[in-house]
Amino acid sequence: MAKRIDVSGLSAYYGSHKAIDDISMTVEPRSVTAFIGPSGCGKSTFLRTLNRMHEVTPGGRVEGKVLLDGDDLYASGIDPVNVRRTVGMVFQRPNPFPTMSIFDNVAAGLRLNGSYKKSELNEIVEKSLKGANLWNEVKDRLNKPGSGLSGGQQQRLCIARAIAVEPQVLLMDEPCSALDPISTLAIEDLIGELKERFTIVIVTHNMQQAARVSDRTAFFNLAAVGQPGKLIEIDETERIFSNPSVQATEDYISGRFG
Amino acid sequence: MDIATQTETAPPPPPPATTEQQRASRGATRPGDRIFLGLSRGSGIVLLVIMAAIAAFLTYRAALALSDNTGNFLTTFEWDANAIPPKFGIAVLAFGTVVSSIIALVIAVPVAVGIALFISHYAPRKLAVPIAYVIDLLAAVPSIVYGLWGALVVAPNLTGFYSWLDTVLGWTGIFEYQGGAPRSLMTVGILLAIMILPIITNVSREVFLQAPKMHEEAALALGATRWEVIRMSVLPFGRSGIISASMLGLGRALGETIAVATVLSPTFLISASLLDPGGGTFAQNIASKFNEASEYGRDALIASGLVLFLITLLVNGAARMIIARRKEYSGANA
Repeated sequence: MAKRIDVSGLSAYYGSHKAIDDISMTVEPRSVTAFIGPSGCGKSTFLRTLNRMHEVTPGGRVEGKVLLDGDDLYASGIDPVNVRRTVGMVFQRPNPFPTMSIFDNVAAGLRLNGSYKKSELNEIVEKSLKGANLWNEVKDRLNKPGSGLSGGQQQRLCIARAIAVEPQVLLMDEPCSALDPISTLAIEDLIGELKERFTIVIVTHNMQQAARVSDRTAFFNLAAVGQPGKLIEIDETERIFSNPSVQATEDYISGRFG
Repeated sequence: MDIATQTETAPPPPPPATTEQQRASRGATRPGDRIFLGLSRGSGIVLLVIMAAIAAFLTYRAALALSDNTGNFLTTFEWDANAIPPKFGIAVLAFGTVVSSIIALVIAVPVAVGIALFISHYAPRKLAVPIAYVIDLLAAVPSIVYGLWGALVVAPNLTGFYSWLDTVLGWTGIFEYQGGAPRSLMTVGILLAIMILPIITNVSREVFLQAPKMHEEAALALGATRWEVIRMSVLPFGRSGIISASMLGLGRALGETIAVATVLSPTFLISASLLDPGGGTFAQNIASKFNEASEYGRDALIASGLVLFLITLLVNGAARMIIARRKEYSGANA
């Protein structure tokens, strides 16, 4: 299931503005990689280049290579729709489809990919909701709208929706920043379970969170406002937080930033 | 005072509020507030008074006419309101009004939604702006111009299309075409469709543009194609907007007068085929008969106007019900 990501020489633009500059890194399968860095350093932009969501923004374009087990996502002839079916994404604000029931939300991606029998669909929806630690809370109201759930439940519903299609990689863009500490804890526990099956990349502003959930951490920074963001270093999370090799990283994680 | 000191010392009991303080807390003492309150309340009341006055006027004059009517107001296929005793009924008008408006909606809504989606989600900006502008222009054309164009250009050119409809769907009876001038309810419906297209397009486009980006991205991230994104996030969000837009269009189609009067060759017959010339609508009938009508005749026409008023109210009420029924699933609570 899980695949390795190899990024080389990747730059992303918004129109003529270069948002991230020449990033190269490797993300191992079945691991959690956290992206940290100040606001505007391009970590979310970089995340969105990994499933070709960046180019959805008007003026968004990308240079460089992203290899998923050796296959370039940006090779000509690759349909971005197929890339996004392989690389799932969870967003900052929980965004279940408001007009769909809980069941239909989880089944939404499956229904895009093909036709399933009702019994298969039931099975996958249950498995996905269990995988997102949400099954016990919603099993009696699967036909109720997903927007009636609490914020934390909605975010786990979005995770269930993303893992229902069995992606190779799961991207998470600050998945806990809109949630309270208890819901955050639930999601962090979930990330620990999900990494058995998926390659996970998570953007977070919360350094304790990065330290708690990730195996490797990448620190992004920008020289000044208006300058492109750069990857400063990527290493084992323990090393980044105890003994980083670059001074800027240490300044940032110890709060001596800016 | 910070929170810590607040919790340590019990707050003193609030002094009994004087009437002045109460008024101040309602915020009505400032002149700006008072003026605005007066203005908005006044506008609301004026609106209600105007509605009530129209309803009272229609009902009163209609009652006069109906008391003298020797025909059945609902089922008579005749309009002899100037005769003594008068004999008239609205069956043909109601049929013509409703049928031509439904034809207009059936044609206009899919086209308008298509154009709106094209402008909001498909067209590059360079193309979207001029198209939106042309659509606005379409709304500015006076209805008499539509009527003349419909009678002189559209209708004569529809004979070929109607012959084709007859060969394909003639067996249903609804689309039987005998030849002759196509000044039929179908032609009126097609013309009305063009006339209500701008308003439905514009309202739908506005709603589609407001569809939350985060739901579109949710669909995209699941691997949805552009059409699937629209189906999963834009259309469900825009549903109530499309209904409201259609109702605005329907309101215009039901009440359209001069364009219908120019195109239709009015008869007091209901024909099974939509392509047969003849028929009539409330507004067209009032416009074409009002000048030569006697006192009784005018009251009879006003009675038919009251029915149109009621139909419009019913349509609006039904639309509101449809919108309210799906409120739980609307994007509003997300």
